[in-house]
Amino acid sequence: MSENEHFDNPLQQYRAHDHAHEHDHAHNGQHAHKQEEEPPEDPTLREYPLDLAAVRQKLQTKTGKQYWRTIEELADDPHFENFLHREFPRQASQWDDSVDRRDFLKLMAASLALAGLSGCGLNQERTNIIPYVKQPEGIVLGRPLFFATVMPFGGDALGLLVESHEGRPTKIEGNPDHPSSLGATDAFAQASVLNLYDPDRAQTPTFVGEIRTWEQFVAAAQAMGAAAKIDGSGGFRILTGIVTSPIVADQVQALLKLNPKAKWHQWEPAVADGTREGAKMAFGRYLNTVYHVDKADVILSLDADFLSNGPGHVRYMKEFYRRRKLDPMADRDGGEEMNRLYVVEPTPSVTGASADHRLPLKAADVGQFARALAGKLGLGGSGTISPAAEKWLNAAVGDLQKHRGSSLVVAGEHQPAEVHALAQAINAALGNVGKTLNYTEPVEANPVNHLESLRELCADMDAGRVDTLVIIGGNPVYDAPHDFDFLSKLKKVSNTVRLGTHFDETSEHCKWNIGESHFLEAWGDARAFDGTVSVIQPLIAPLYHTHSAYEVLAAFGDKPDVTGYDAVRARLQAGNSGADFEKFWRKTLNDGLVANSAFAPLSGVAAKFSAGSLPELKPAGTDELEFIFRPDPSTYDGRFANNGWLQELPKPVTKLTWDNAALVSPATAQKLALGHTVAARGGEHGQIISAVIDIALSGSKVTAAAWILPGQADGVVVLPLGYGRQKAGYTGTNKGFNAYAVRVSSALWTASGGTITKTSQEYPLACTQYHFNMEGRKILSTGTLEEYKKNPAFAREGDEQPPKSETLYKEFAYPGYAWGMAIDLNSCNGCNACVVACVAENNIAVVGKDQVMRGREMHWIRIDRYYKAETPTNDPSTDAGDALANPETFFQPVPCQQCENAPCEQVCPVGATVHSAEGLNDMVYNRCLGTRYCSNNCPYKVRRFNFLRFQDWETPQFKLQRNPEVSVRSRGVMEKCTYCVQRINNARIESEKQNRSIIDGEIVTACEAACPSEAIVFGNANDPNSRVSKLKAQQRNYSILGELNTRPRTTYLAAVRNPNSELERA
Amino acid sequence: MAQIFHRNTNFIARVSLILGILLAGLALSGLLGAVRSPFYTNQNITRDQPIQFSHKHHAGDDGIDCRFCHVGVETSATAGLPPTKTCMNCHSVLFNSSSYLEPVRASYREDKSIEWVRVHRLPDFVYFNHSIHVAKGVGCSTCHGQVNQMPLVFQASTLQMQWCLDCHRNPEAVLRPHDQVFNMDWKAPANQAELGHQLAMTNKIRTTAELTSCSTCHR
Repeated sequence: MSENEHFDNPLQQYRAHDHAHEHDHAHNGQHAHKQEEEPPEDPTLREYPLDLAAVRQKLQTKTGKQYWRTIEELADDPHFENFLHREFPRQASQWDDSVDRRDFLKLMAASLALAGLSGCGLNQERTNIIPYVKQPEGIVLGRPLFFATVMPFGGDALGLLVESHEGRPTKIEGNPDHPSSLGATDAFAQASVLNLYDPDRAQTPTFVGEIRTWEQFVAAAQAMGAAAKIDGSGGFRILTGIVTSPIVADQVQALLKLNPKAKWHQWEPAVADGTREGAKMAFGRYLNTVYHVDKADVILSLDADFLSNGPGHVRYMKEFYRRRKLDPMADRDGGEEMNRLYVVEPTPSVTGASADHRLPLKAADVGQFARALAGKLGLGGSGTISPAAEKWLNAAVGDLQKHRGSSLVVAGEHQPAEVHALAQAINAALGNVGKTLNYTEPVEANPVNHLESLRELCADMDAGRVDTLVIIGGNPVYDAPHDFDFLSKLKKVSNTVRLGTHFDETSEHCKWNIGESHFLEAWGDARAFDGTVSVIQPLIAPLYHTHSAYEVLAAFGDKPDVTGYDAVRARLQAGNSGADFEKFWRKTLNDGLVANSAFAPLSGVAAKFSAGSLPELKPAGTDELEFIFRPDPSTYDGRFANNGWLQELPKPVTKLTWDNAALVSPATAQKLALGHTVAARGGEHGQIISAVIDIALSGSKVTAAAWILPGQADGVVVLPLGYGRQKAGYTGTNKGFNAYAVRVSSALWTASGGTITKTSQEYPLACTQYHFNMEGRKILSTGTLEEYKKNPAFAREGDEQPPKSETLYKEFAYPGYAWGMAIDLNSCNGCNACVVACVAENNIAVVGKDQVMRGREMHWIRIDRYYKAETPTNDPSTDAGDALANPETFFQPVPCQQCENAPCEQVCPVGATVHSAEGLNDMVYNRCLGTRYCSNNCPYKVRRFNFLRFQDWETPQFKLQRNPEVSVRSRGVMEKCTYCVQRINNARIESEKQNRSIIDGEIVTACEAACPSEAIVFGNANDPNSRVSKLKAQQRNYSILGELNTRPRTTYLAAVRNPNSELERA
Repeated sequence: MAQIFHRNTNFIARVSLILGILLAGLALSGLLGAVRSPFYTNQNITRDQPIQFSHKHHAGDDGIDCRFCHVGVETSATAGLPPTKTCMNCHSVLFNSSSYLEPVRASYREDKSIEWVRVHRLPDFVYFNHSIHVAKGVGCSTCHGQVNQMPLVFQASTLQMQWCLDCHRNPEAVLRPHDQVFNMDWKAPANQAELGHQLAMTNKIRTTAELTSCSTCHR
């Protein structure tokens, strides 16, 4: 693909560089003359270019702790600050589109007149009630049902409970009984329900573009299968992703038996072979590693983002943060202690953001680091690392050795096999095997080296040895390594069959296309990260004429009529011949898993591997650029590209939406003269005009926008996968750039030898971290474990809490419940599960990139990312750049604070936001007429306004998804977090019917339910024994902007890090 | 200077002022009356249904309990309309060849729902829950009127917010003992004030402040 293709559509958004320059001059001139004046409200575009050198200069003159969210904040430009502080400045809603003011007023007059007419409607619309003919068993109209199922994803299956309203799955929760979930979910699982209702899904079988029936496909498939059987030429190939489903694996094996020369290939673009091959290197065969993160006191991650990516990450997150709760009420041994996490990584990850010590290294140098570590532990071999890294390593090694048997070394998925093998050897040397980790049989049904498997397929296709290719899922035309040139080889295959969720890049070039059923639509099974067999139980019949992987494979076999349901049952029955099967089956469906089906830990697995035998590794050149590929936190490998919830989700660390960007460190950006300009129009901000770069790598080129990311290792360029889709659907097509275009088989994860050329073009990116800026004394409070032990109340130090009486307004009494929330900043790693959960539960609209760039995203809970800069002294000789090179990262989720003295309530002229008897700031949509006074008066910037009609009221599929318990808001209405008042009301009604009080934990807000780290706790603050009261009673508890006497019901527990005293900064 | 206006202009001016105010007042009261009238609220208006189902016959004459068909009323937000199956439980035997009931049999035969015309439609943005009202001792007839005497069911109350709030501010006036909730003929006894107060205590009715918080009904 040529470089220009990737920006085809957004090209209009490019601007010539000269034009931008003019603006710069204009701005600078103004700056010089009007330094002292309030900058005028300006409806035209104003720009704030980033000057990294000035930032460094400023940093050197600063002292003490400070927190910043954007690099610009460090620079202290008063004009920039001024506009950040306004959420809705005077002309924020100014009509600046092509329609001029006069036409706009005409339009408005016409629509007002019409609105008036409809308001006078004398009779309400006549509607019907349509009851069932035969009501299904167990349904009570108006009450949701929950069903257990699993979401298969990579080498894992996440246990879920799915909420169903009269047959419509609407919301996904974690399954507390399932080992991979323990009740929590991740952002992908939360958003997967929207995939079901995606109107762009492939809806029917087609043959060369013409609609066919399923029966016609089965007949064709039988013919293809029979032909393959007769000639036995080996021309029959199946290409799948990772398969953990026992029935699908059995099926493929049966097909291979029918035709012994047929072959099964696998390709999963975002799951690396390193883990698999590392095990083979260490043990001589493929093995699966299961970590017990809760048992580890010291954890070292070698570029492993094990808290947000890879099998078991939801469970690992739960286990990890349970060791960081700092609960003084817990039993003494461990209550006030924390585990310690060391992370070595090239680019800031969610895991790295939680690290007590973080060392940015190039991806290739992580290998050197692992060798050096093995060397220090006496395993032989050595690595070349810098003196600073050496010091860091020594401290880590000391810590690991002190915690033999309770430490853990995790190698990153995207690191090469040898790093994994080294990690296995190190864990063995530290006595961790059997304690903090176990080995089991592989979870994958057929572990193979995916790269080699795809290479073999491509070679065979090229040589004409493939007659029939069945592609199950995936999207190889888009995501296969560039040098394989999958497309041209695919064209040589005469029979191509594709099962895919969408008619995408691959479908376009396949003859038979079958729409793939969503996991909520078809029966199946899957193994979780520990081998637990789980049944995929559908909640709804397929919305369209779609089919599952099982059904498509069955069409080729000798039993095309056996349904997925029968196959799952038959397989379970085979293993349970003696027992009462019906009882077992019902229990399995109810629990969502087959009891005790996890693989037993293997004992006596010996690593046949010596670190000394590794070949010499050339250290990565310091001047050379290193390009690394990573799955994107929103679109993963591209499969979620058409999911609007995920596209609009600010990525955990960069806070970018709707695009990916080539990520570079501040120092590298300075070297390459890459920058960005913050653009503001009237006060709408969030449009960051970034430099566009040409990346020439591995014999191919791609054009991308650059993004400066503090904390990234210098010289590393991250190219996030999963964007630049050409045929993803309405939402996902032509967003971002396609990193697969420069990804080749010889450098799948780490590439060098590439160059970056800055172009004269610029590209606007939508970054939410420039929105909703709060100003106050203590928004974020952090400390170290040592500081905490010395003064547990450090978070409240210097707090100025005005006395309760100091208010002009009447006091509210809360005789009954007083709802409150406590958010433990020590547990939040910004994974975003809560944000998507909130979107799904509360029918929150997607607004699109243009509106995000105007600061109009609707998320009720936002996660602010803060960097901490601690410059010790006013000493120019210290490396002030450190604040940019490796800052500590913190996350702070901010929902509505539900103030007891709420500033919003006092200013609403129509009483649309009022105080409830239980302390909620109720929002009454039908009273709201959109003055936005409340939002202007909210110091926390948590109110969201429907500037336009953001909700899609027409598409029938989206109607099915909505939560019937929550109003769908229209244009001109303010909205905000309600503490999930629908859940509160339902729980209250249930408790009152039983004449009792609400039990603590009975109400779980959507964000709390989704949170894998249990950072959010909701409950009755009037009950001293509730979990939330106990948290609020902790000394780490503080309220943000408490000095304003708003008395927020949402309070925060200060973040505490547990640094190694040997590594403390001087 | 000559007079421009005739002397009687003063009178006309006064009269037209008074008339203007009167007219405006009349128009306003007319408007306010109109939105409270059945013309706007649909109160007391019967609807043509696919089958002219008589509550008077079933609930009144035959004495079938409300909950026989409206099964969700004690457990769910909505009372629910019965599936065709419920009708057929009896009508497969009773009047099983009556042409009047053909739409019911057709529905069952063809697996096609009967499309009833909605009679009670709450305004948008309101989340009403039947089960809690029933549990707290608010009888069916308090809101729905004496359905057992309605050959064709109609909306007995305005379903306007004022009407909701009247009760939420003073629930004592309508509370009944639990065993009277489904009694269509229940009339408030002479000592309702005292009885209501007592019931409010035993049924733990929440305070007026709690019952009139916006989020009690709006979310």
